[in-house]
Amino acid sequence: MSVLVYIPTHDGRATNAGLEVASYANAISSGSDVVALVSGDLSGDGGIGSTGVSRVLHYATDINDNSQISKLVTSAATTEGAHTIVFSGNNEGKAAAPRVAISMNAGYVPGVTSVSGGKSFTRNVFSGKATAVVDVNAEVSVVTITPNSFGIKDQGAADASVEAFSAEVGDSKVTLNSFTPTSNDGSVPLPEAVRVVSAGRGLKGPENWGIVEDLATALGATTACSRPVGDMGWRPHHEHVGQTGITIRPDLYIACGISGAIQHLAGVNQSKVIVVINTDPEAPFFKAADYGIVGDVFEVLPKLTEAIKAL
Amino acid sequence: MIIDSIITRLNSYICITEKYISDYLFYRMKLLVCVSKAPDTTSRISFTDGGKRFDESGVQFIINPYDEWYALVRAIELVEANGGSVTTVTVGDATCDPIIRKALAIGATDAVRIDAIPTDSVQVASLIANYSKNEGFDIIFCGKETIDHNSCAVPAMIAECMGLPYVAIATSIEVSGSESTLVAEVSGGTNNVTVNGPFVLSATKGMSEQRIPNMRGIMSARSKPLIVVDASDVSKMSEVNEFKLPPVKGDCVLVDADNAAELVRLLREEAKII
Ligand SMILES: Cc1cc2nc3c(=O)[nH]c(=O)nc-3n(C[C@H](O)[C@H](O)[C@H](O)COP(=O)(O)OP(=O)(O)OC[C@H]3O[C@@H](n4cnc5c(N)ncnc54)[C@H](O)[C@@H]3O)c2cc1C
Repeated sequence: MSVLVYIPTHDGRATNAGLEVASYANAISSGSDVVALVSGDLSGDGGIGSTGVSRVLHYATDINDNSQISKLVTSAATTEGAHTIVFSGNNEGKAAAPRVAISMNAGYVPGVTSVSGGKSFTRNVFSGKATAVVDVNAEVSVVTITPNSFGIKDQGAADASVEAFSAEVGDSKVTLNSFTPTSNDGSVPLPEAVRVVSAGRGLKGPENWGIVEDLATALGATTACSRPVGDMGWRPHHEHVGQTGITIRPDLYIACGISGAIQHLAGVNQSKVIVVINTDPEAPFFKAADYGIVGDVFEVLPKLTEAIKAL
Repeated sequence: MIIDSIITRLNSYICITEKYISDYLFYRMKLLVCVSKAPDTTSRISFTDGGKRFDESGVQFIINPYDEWYALVRAIELVEANGGSVTTVTVGDATCDPIIRKALAIGATDAVRIDAIPTDSVQVASLIANYSKNEGFDIIFCGKETIDHNSCAVPAMIAECMGLPYVAIATSIEVSGSESTLVAEVSGGTNNVTVNGPFVLSATKGMSEQRIPNMRGIMSARSKPLIVVDASDVSKMSEVNEFKLPPVKGDCVLVDADNAAELVRLLREEAKII
């Protein structure tokens, strides 16, 4: 019996999302072997051994189609007798994991946020307004881990042994024409960002985003925005966080000129520390905040940026 | 000779006419949109039965926004442009009928309700797949996720049950004959992909704009077919043991607007996050 984790690679190494999933698997394994199934280019063990994974099954072809990933993972899970199969809860994981749940006749629990025992898993529901403990009634559990909820835990363990793995994954019926990266400024994609500086309608117009970007750069943070800001085209759509945008849980979320409507909070209220900067002391966001400044973003943000740079 | 050539020409006319008729009859798009009931986004979230059940008292239900704004509206737009039909499918009891009527008012052609209380994503997806199997839909549209369970699981599961390709978290779709071209959100960017033949997609922001049903839509929705079908025999694989509300946040520590350095100190020394 084992715990199987699926890890895609980037530049010959496991992705951070993959290493987080491996760390989670190690924490729930309680005696079972943790086996990593890696697809794509891999040099050495790709940094996976240090998370406590003992064996790496390496499928050398890079695959993107969720139906092929599902066939690959199902094949490895069957060979290894896996009782739990773990994916990252990023877009790729969320597309392939439910397929594996069907093909393995398994129970499916997406968006797991913490470690619990056996076939019980804790996840967020109602867009972060509640959590649910979900019991799986099947022999096998398939779970996805909310990115950045668990972190990468270095066990200092030795290199994992790498074995070649092959499986019949079928043809892809989805042809990839092109890939367009969202940010070429080198910042971390929002769902994985540890620090986020976000701004709303209080910024008055797209030409004023310089002060937001300066603060983000000083902090090494990624920028985000409220929905109206995305809708008006002040910022790109992919920066929109909230109930109908993306859900994030960074260590630090700084909200500048955002009122804190319930739909906005739904996407950010799992952040570890929330800082709110708003001219209106009655803005609902202060009720969800850890630290607040009642003040004008145009004055506060440059000062905050200077203070960060002075560290 | 002359007669022969007239017959040949007539024959070719008949062939062309037949092709037009068959194009018309057989190339009508047949789209399915999965529509789910969800609590209004401003609902107060609370639980009953010792935390086992969502407390629905006083809660207003809406069509799940991703299903409505993006999946349903885009499917209707495609059919308006190319001809065909949009069927909605919902797993649920009669309390779902008002939101199904709203989907019809927005512009769906007809609706199917599979009469079962939804338990988990495996059950819902299996029921929809069992119903869709013999219906010959060209594309099955779903929203990216529901705003109550946030699972993003049903579309991929329908695809697996039916052996179809699945394009996840799509922001646009154009259809030309049996070929569809989509843009989909993936880690770090977007993919532009082409799919041939039937497939399942999940829709998110970008697909289309919200549509408010007009009076004519609302009137015609009353007489559009809403067919209730019995649920096939499928089992659930998981269940919620307990819901919990998150711990209440402590008071917000206010820092003076002139003292940015103090905020930085607190973030470093107290919160220890920078
Ligand atoms: C179904 C549904 C789904 C939704 N989903 C989302 C979602 O996913 N994400 C989302 O963000 N919203 C969402 N919304 C919209 C949400 O209800 C709010 O309308 C939106 O979040 C408000 O954005 P805002 O805070 O930028 O703007 P506003 O509400 O206009 O707030 C601007 C704030 O800036 C402050 N301000 C003004 N000037 C300054 C200044 N100089 N310095 C400092 N502060 C200043 C004001 O005091 C105010 O609090 C949704 C709404 C619905 C109905």
